[in-house]
This record gives sequence, structure tokens and C-alpha cells, in this order.
Amino acid sequence: MAAISREEVAHLARLSRLAVTEEELDTFAGQLDVILQSVAQVGEVAAADIPPTSHSVPLTNVLREDVVVPGLTPQEALSGAPDAEEQRFRVPRILDEDVAS
Amino acid sequence: MTDLTRLTATEIAGLVASGETSAVEVTRAHLARIAAVDDRVNAFLHVDTEGALAAAGAVDARRAAGEELGPLAGVPVAVKDVLTTKGVPTTVGSKILEGWRPPYDSTIVQRLRAAGTVMLGKTNMDEFAMGSSTEYSAYGATHNPWDLDRIPGGSGGGSSAALAAYEAPLAIGSDTGGSIRQPAAVTGTVGAKPTYGGTSRYGLVAFSSSLDTPGPCARTVLDAALLHAVIGGHDPRDSTSIPAPVPDVVAAAKLGASGDLTGVKLGVVTEFSGDGGEPGVQAAFREAVETLTKMGAEIVEVSCPHFRYALPAYYLIAPSECSSNLARFDGVRFGLRVGDDGNRSLEEVMSLTREAGFGPEVKRRIMIGTYALSSGYYDAYYGQAQKVRTLITRDFTSAFEQVDALISPTTPFVAFPIGSRTSDPYQMYLADLYTIPTNLYGGPGISVPCGLSEGLPVGLQIMAPTMADDRMYRVAAALESAVGTLTPPAL
Repeated sequence: MAAISREEVAHLARLSRLAVTEEELDTFAGQLDVILQSVAQVGEVAAADIPPTSHSVPLTNVLREDVVVPGLTPQEALSGAPDAEEQRFRVPRILDEDVAS
Repeated sequence: MTDLTRLTATEIAGLVASGETSAVEVTRAHLARIAAVDDRVNAFLHVDTEGALAAAGAVDARRAAGEELGPLAGVPVAVKDVLTTKGVPTTVGSKILEGWRPPYDSTIVQRLRAAGTVMLGKTNMDEFAMGSSTEYSAYGATHNPWDLDRIPGGSGGGSSAALAAYEAPLAIGSDTGGSIRQPAAVTGTVGAKPTYGGTSRYGLVAFSSSLDTPGPCARTVLDAALLHAVIGGHDPRDSTSIPAPVPDVVAAAKLGASGDLTGVKLGVVTEFSGDGGEPGVQAAFREAVETLTKMGAEIVEVSCPHFRYALPAYYLIAPSECSSNLARFDGVRFGLRVGDDGNRSLEEVMSLTREAGFGPEVKRRIMIGTYALSSGYYDAYYGQAQKVRTLITRDFTSAFEQVDALISPTTPFVAFPIGSRTSDPYQMYLADLYTIPTNLYGGPGISVPCGLSEGLPVGLQIMAPTMADDRMYRVAAALESAVGTLTPPAL
């Protein structure tokens, strides 16, 4: 039985903000199915009472002195932006026009 | 006349310091070598001729002024394109960052510059460091100098190929699941993954933040140790950087070079010494074990029962972290933007940009991660993988109560032909079978050449406890003293 359907892959692509093509969906559905069936092996391990590890370094609340250090100028920070205006990143519209009006 | 490209970093630094050659001459020799062979190897994505010659000139000027130079001053270095370099293109092997010139240097690159090394350029890699062959680079595969029809490993295939092709004596890589060690193994070079937190991630384009570890690549163990010492150590700009000094890896490499391992206890990982590996790899590994025994090391077998679940756990944890990290590539602050025609919404532009900018392996991993983190699947996939990570860490901890370090082959197989594993992504994942456990645990690992199988290099991996990086350098240097460095056929 397949671990994941073509429709589910299409849903994942939407969640991932990937405008995948129909052809890619066909390829990815098969490949993701193989990968997910393989990684599902982790379920064989009896680990109910085992705490999870998110990170190998046992550091918490790493703080530094609250002092001003040199940073990027606005010009430097915007130097790689596809579009900028008035020292800000310019983005495509976020709301539908009729909603906004 | 000496061919400067055949020298070790240690030898080059000595000649520059004594004035027998200049940093500019050394740099010119390497730039000429790149010009002569890189159209066939494709190790470099960008060669910074002007920057390299300026940096070399500055070293020569400092020497002329009587200033004391560091141990690697004047030595050329190739940097994996995953680290930001101020004003120098940084693509991470992806179309989504094509043409991006970062406004800042990563900590590793800052330290390389401060040490007087000469950055030659940026090396090819699998896109976003996701891959084991460099075939997933958006800019074409890198070719293994041992056999141009074969892969140089990945994701840092460019760095290791540059070393094996004598285009650079030193290189920087990054290791999330084996991306330094596996390319080192299949190109007959040395590559070390430091303890996680022992080298700074500031300016390292993130793939899987709890695993990503930048580290040194070289043709000799001592050179790798010298580079490790230059780039390692605490960085306040990385919140997971360990606030402790780097273990004395240089002294350990020098100690190991004597070839005496009396009193050192090494564990052969049972789970990695049986089937799964190619016969030629297994044979070279067994021979290396005999060599280490003759040097006085005591060898025992150690079982790490959860290592067999490392690969599936990794391919849940790393994609999960990547799906979150790569959300920053949204066509707003840097890189590509596609479809912004004034009518499309931000979300549409974002989806079109990511579709056009990411290659297939990156898309697969983002979707796997999105799946593993979804409500309903989280506990069974990501949550369970994190628990398995705990058990793998416990396997290491209990192993290191019995032995000083663990050994295994670095990879199950030698360099495979280009194109032979790209149609089945999971077959590609198997290349990192032996290197992944170390990343999940967070300890250091090194690959050092241990022989040939059918004319292709085989690497031995040494895994040490967290913050005991010096131990692996000692063992690696000892093995190197017996095996020697491997020389590929002339290009």
C-alpha cells in the first residue's frame, strides 16, 4: 500500500509554497512514497519512555551583553533584494484589491 | 623547479615564511592549475582571481614588514559555496541565489582571512548541501579527479575534488550527514567534521541547524588539523557555539604521526563491519584494522544497536529542519523573484519563485519535512525520530565507556559512476549510511585514506566523543603514516 497519494503530495506542495507541475507530481508521488516507507522504520524502535533529542549541545538561554555592535547599513541589507523602495523590501500585493478597498 | 601545487599546506606556509617563495607566486600557481584542469573537474563555481592575488600580496607585504605570520599564512584555500563571502557570489549550488553577493562574511571566512590564508574561490556542491554526489548542483556535476566519469561525493564534492586535482591545498566543507567525510573518502583526501558547536555556523546557509557543522578538508591529516585550529572555537554570533577552547588537534596530529598507538583502544562498530559494504571497501578496512593493531592499538568490537535506525531518523530530522529553514527563500529579501507582474499575489509569486529556484532534491526534502511535521504525523515521524536520536546518542555514550574512539569504513561503496543513482533518491541516501550517526550524536568524525579498491580510494572513519576531536586526529595521523597520501592519475 502506498504511504502517500498523489493528492497528498499536491497538498504538501501547496503547504510548501511550491507551484509544482503535473509532471513533477507524478514523479514526486512515487519517490516520496519510497522515501516515506523507508523512513517509517523508525516506528520499529520501542521508544515510548525515551525523551526526544532536538539538539546535541546542552546550552540554554544563551545571552550576550546588551551593547551596540556594528551591523549592516540599510543599503547593505537591501543590496540583494529583488525589489526595494524607501529603504524597505518591496513585496507583491498581500491582499486582494477588492478586499483591501 | 618545485611544483607549488603538489606541496602540503604546511610546506607552503614554511616556504612563504622563509621567503623561498611568495604568497603571490603560490596563488598564481594554483590559479594556473585551476585554469588548466577545472573545465574538466568543475570543482569551482566562482574563482576570485583578483581577491586572491590581493590577499596574497597583503601577506607578502606583512612578511616584508617583518610581521610574524600565522601557521597557514599565504596558503590558498577553496571555500564551499555554502558559506557567505562579502561581495563574492554565494549560491549554495542553487538557482534561487544565483548572482547573490552577500553583504557580510561568515565567521569561518573571517577567521580564514585573519589567518592570512588566500581564498581562491567558492566550490561546487549539491544544492543546499542536500546530496552525496554533487550531481544535485544547479550548476552541473563535479567530476572525481580519480575518474572523471565518477562522482566526487557530496555534498562537498567541489572542495574534495579541488584538493585531489591539486587546485587547492586546503578547503572548507560543511557536514550535516557526511558531506565532508564522504567526499574525502571517495577522492582519497582527508576531511574532518568537528564536534557540533566547535565551529561556527554564523554565515553558513542553514540546511539542518541541529546538525550542520563546517569543517576542514586537506590532503594530509596535519594540514586538516592546522585548518581546524584556525577556524574553530567559540563564536558569540552562534548561539549553539560551545564556549570552550578547541582541543589541541595539531599536537594530536603530530603525536599520531609517530605511528605509535600504544594504549589507544578502538572499537569496530559491529553494525558497520558486516554486509552492506562493498567487498573491496571491507577488505581495505580490515587491512587498516591490522595496521592499527600493529601500531599498538587495542581493537575490540562494539555493538551500537540503534545505528541501523540512524539513516531513517536522519531523513526525517534533516528534512523537517530544512522545510523550516528554507522558508526564508521567499523572493523578498535576496535572490530570485519570479512572476511578479503586478497582478499576482505575494503567495503566488512566492510559489512560482520557489518552484523555479529549487531543484528536485530540495523540493523532495521540503515536502518530506512538511509531511513529517504535519499534525497527525508529527508523533509517528519527527517525534519518533528525535527519540531514536536519543538512543543513538546513548549507543555512542556507552561505546565511549569501553573505547577511546570508534572506527568504520567512511562509506559503504567507492565513487560510483555519474548518473547511476539519481533516479532513485533513496539509493543516493545510502552513501551516508556510516557517517550519519555521528551527526545525530554531535561528536567529531574524520575520514582518512586507508587504501584502494579497484583503483579507487577507500576512506576509514574515526569517530570520537564530543569535544575530543584531538583523539581522531591522533589515530588518523597514525594510519596516514603507514598508508601514505594517495595520488590520483594525472589529469
